[in-house]
Amino acid sequence: MVKKLNIGIVGFGCYIPKFRIRTEDIAVANNQNVDLIKGALLINEKTVPNKDEDSISIAVEACKNALLRAKIASSRIKAIYMGSESHPYAVKASSAIVGEVLGVGNDFTAADVEFACKAGTAAIQMIAGQVEAEMIDYGLAIGSDTSQGAPGDALEYSAAAGGAAFIIGKNKVGKEESAANILYTLSRTTDTPDFWRRNNQQYPTHMGRFTGEEAYFKHIVSTSQAMLNETGLKIEDFDHVIFHQPNGKFPLKAAKVLGVTNEQLKYGIVVHDIGNTYSGSSLLGLVNVLENALPNQKILLTSYGSGSGSDCFVIETTNLITEKQKIGKNLLNYMQNKQYVNYNQYRQMVKMIH
Amino acid sequence: MHRQSPILRWRKFPERYRLEGNRCNRCGIVYFPKKELCECSCKEFSSFQLSGKGKILTYTEIKSSPEEFSEMTPYCVGIIELAEGPKITGQITDATVDELKVGDDVEQVFRKFLAVGDSGVIHYGVKFKKIE
Ligand SMILES: [Zn+2]
Repeated sequence: MVKKLNIGIVGFGCYIPKFRIRTEDIAVANNQNVDLIKGALLINEKTVPNKDEDSISIAVEACKNALLRAKIASSRIKAIYMGSESHPYAVKASSAIVGEVLGVGNDFTAADVEFACKAGTAAIQMIAGQVEAEMIDYGLAIGSDTSQGAPGDALEYSAAAGGAAFIIGKNKVGKEESAANILYTLSRTTDTPDFWRRNNQQYPTHMGRFTGEEAYFKHIVSTSQAMLNETGLKIEDFDHVIFHQPNGKFPLKAAKVLGVTNEQLKYGIVVHDIGNTYSGSSLLGLVNVLENALPNQKILLTSYGSGSGSDCFVIETTNLITEKQKIGKNLLNYMQNKQYVNYNQYRQMVKMIH
Repeated sequence: MHRQSPILRWRKFPERYRLEGNRCNRCGIVYFPKKELCECSCKEFSSFQLSGKGKILTYTEIKSSPEEFSEMTPYCVGIIELAEGPKITGQITDATVDELKVGDDVEQVFRKFLAVGDSGVIHYGVKFKKIE
């Protein structure tokens, strides 16, 4: 049986860059059929990082929003794990830089995490374990990426930039401070060659259609079902459901298999106007849900990382959610404050990444 | 080369990364960057966290920059009057020069300054962005 946890999300926040490129502008530049691409991916536009943005700067801005909502001094954070497939350094911890910027001090542990698009949820599990075991009072888990696709590749339409951060603490009776409690988490992991990027390669390699059935769907569906079996919960018990969203179509198809309604997906799918932010992808969905949920609502979150694995979480909002929703910048603010760039500007902006 | 030294930058991380200044223990004036002697002649200071919010006093566009910033050009630089009083020079990001005007409200953001070649250190720090 999956163990019931006694921890919660004390602070949460996100960040996406200001710039966007429309799907049609990428399609025209690559001489591809706009309607075909849009129909296949269900992505209207994606975020583009400015030249001075990377996964660390994105993480920092997300963490600032999470800290405001947590209402704790940053020095109380004792662990930082940052998940990304675009850490700016091959060797030098992004998580240590984030700690310095936030003024956490020096009495904390840190490490960078990589597992394709599920590195951020893996970071949450690592923090969850230490908080549950009372090794630390508060920990910070981050998923942040500036992902890239080669010009003309299918990934170029989806690979986007964004991040989310979560401060997790132990639930204490009479000292409630969580916006949402993390009740359960479990994972499934396999060795699946669907998508990878070798050292020193700028762009990833993927196996096209193989990334669907045997990779994304198999892991998302079986891990979600394992959670339902282990907890005895039914899919209709959840008010909000979030899946990893590499494009607009995959999470809708996974939802159909699992019997998830459009109403349950209402706030959890954010890919259509942002793109796939990799380690930030399902976590931006979670932030959007937390920014819109009512108290005492149940959330099911299942991430997916190529290579492959899924992490699943059952989360339940508390009465404090309403108050925390009023603090900091939310995803909707960032989505509305946008500026379009053309294809040439876009290529200039992303050429400096990695 | 001077400004690229990882060690010199490292000594200033609290200022560069999060706008940490100091405040005179006697008269309360806030300084950024930190001072060791106040204009009231007091030498006792406490470190002080600036909010990073302020206004643009003046600004300009840099089209031809020092070589290490050449990939970032054109970019905007301004003098910002911080809410707590100090005036500092900083880059203003996510905007072109025609989108800025004197008096605009700005806030701090954490951004990359430059990456030294293909193998050198990456320098980060505070820049400013219009509040929209
Ligand atoms: Zn003084």
